[in-house]
Amino acid sequence: MILYLFKRILLSFIIIFIAILALFLMLHMIPGDPVSIALGPRATPEVQAAYAAKMHLDKPLFHQFLIFIGNVLQGDLGSDVFSGRSVTETLSEQLPFTFTLALTGLGWAALVGIPLGCLSAIKSNSWIDKLTGVLSVGTIAIPSFLVSIWAILLFSITLRWMPVIGAGKPGDFLDQLHHLILPAFAVGLGWVGYLARMVRASMLEVLGENFIRTSYAFGLPPRTIIFRYALKVAILPTITLIGIGFGSLLSGAVFAEIIFSRPGIGKLIYDMVLSRNFPVIQGAVLVTVALYAFVTLLADLFVSWLDPRVRETL
Amino acid sequence: MNGSNDKLRMFFRNGLGVFGLVLVVLFFASAIFASFFATHDPFAMDIPNRMSGPTLQNWAGTDQLGRDTYSRVIYGGRVALKVAAIGVSLSLFIGLILGMVAGYGPKWLDSLLLLLFDAIRSFPTIVLALAAVALLGPSLELVLAVVIITSIPGYARLARTSTLALKNTEFIMSEKALGAGSWLIIWRHIMPNVIGPLLILAAMDVPVVVTIEAGLSFLGLGVLPPTASWGTILNEGYLVVRDTPWPIIAGGIPLILTTLGFTFLGEALRDVFDPRLRKG
Repeated sequence: MILYLFKRILLSFIIIFIAILALFLMLHMIPGDPVSIALGPRATPEVQAAYAAKMHLDKPLFHQFLIFIGNVLQGDLGSDVFSGRSVTETLSEQLPFTFTLALTGLGWAALVGIPLGCLSAIKSNSWIDKLTGVLSVGTIAIPSFLVSIWAILLFSITLRWMPVIGAGKPGDFLDQLHHLILPAFAVGLGWVGYLARMVRASMLEVLGENFIRTSYAFGLPPRTIIFRYALKVAILPTITLIGIGFGSLLSGAVFAEIIFSRPGIGKLIYDMVLSRNFPVIQGAVLVTVALYAFVTLLADLFVSWLDPRVRETL
Repeated sequence: MNGSNDKLRMFFRNGLGVFGLVLVVLFFASAIFASFFATHDPFAMDIPNRMSGPTLQNWAGTDQLGRDTYSRVIYGGRVALKVAAIGVSLSLFIGLILGMVAGYGPKWLDSLLLLLFDAIRSFPTIVLALAAVALLGPSLELVLAVVIITSIPGYARLARTSTLALKNTEFIMSEKALGAGSWLIIWRHIMPNVIGPLLILAAMDVPVVVTIEAGLSFLGLGVLPPTASWGTILNEGYLVVRDTPWPIIAGGIPLILTTLGFTFLGEALRDVFDPRLRKG
């Protein structure tokens, strides 16, 4: 276990390192000289040289890369080109919004999807099972950004039940909740189908196993067997799925933030792409990748703790 | 011969699979023969008649410039087909080669390639796409590049696993004993045994690719107007959503139909040819 833990954590660090390297190289591929872009055409050579020295742009590329890594490790992601604000500060302001949205989206999907999957496994081939099957495929087939657009069309514009944009007034919890409903619905809808299908499949497998038969023979109530014994085993593949799917959860949140004009990492990256504010984009992408690597790491470690066979595959 | 007949019968007994096949054929046909299916020129403006609902002349209504939405949706299928065909086939090809090399080649190369695949997968697609657009500006080529880079690891991992299983089988060993070179073995003996599951994965990947294109174009970061693509139709429709809902309804439906079609077809093919792949 310790060897696996070590290898798996090392892998995460290598991945983040590659991401930093890729971002650094991409930034240096942009056409144009950063000094003249930052200072404009009328800057004197002396001012340009001073600026280059201050930003370490006069040093060789490899040296610049080391300085960049050093700064990232100290939590310094540079500063906003226009406002001069620290990128780390901006990001820590925006991250909670994205977390709230992603977690509420996933949360309601799990609350609906997992019981639905159990139900259709228990009553497999009944009309409930078939209806769930059709609904699952249906919800998976609608891209999350389309759910956002259509939800706005139906609930905000036609029915006028929900606000269209923003995250609500700061401090007013009910208003914020009201603004969260539609985006969270859009982010989670596809997951309801995914989770229901996944839980159904693994539940069917588990329900056929000996220990479940034995529990029935002992006369335990079906509810106890299903929720206490079977679900515990059947939920494992779902946890990995959530870990792997965190990227698509994030993508869904990015679209929802942009469409609903909610603050958050996705909206931030989008706005900064439009204004070509590279340090902020760089920092935001880096944080997203690190976050993603961390979540997949957690999911992998959790599963390998529950199922030792997984450890041999790395 | 009997075996393939059985498989064909098995496929046609699967109702959803046949439904998927019909949708997929429609997707290809409407994109390739767009001029036959469309009722109007997708760029022809009719300002007095703009933002109308569905009528006998304009089956899905008209947009903010009076262009026929139905015809634009049909022509938009061409962009989707182009992205899907080029994106999926190139990433399948590159993934197949890299995966076989990783599985058959030396251990260090395998570890290196695996690390590379994992690193690529650790970039959330949409975030990678946004970063790339920030640097290079929006274009169809960039959408294709992002799609190809992010889908390669999926194919490569699948090809690698099957190659590893084949590597030590007797027929490969005897090829080696007869003195066949690595490339000959990979190309002539491993590839035919590995490609099946990859083709099924490719069928399931088409809607993913089409959705990425539509999503980026919707954000104004992919294909740009006036080109008709399902994403640009949604983008332009969203701006006038308070005046007419029809463009964003009509622009979204083909996305769902394409996803359903390829998913049903892929799942039916998987059940027929490779039941082992089935997981939920």
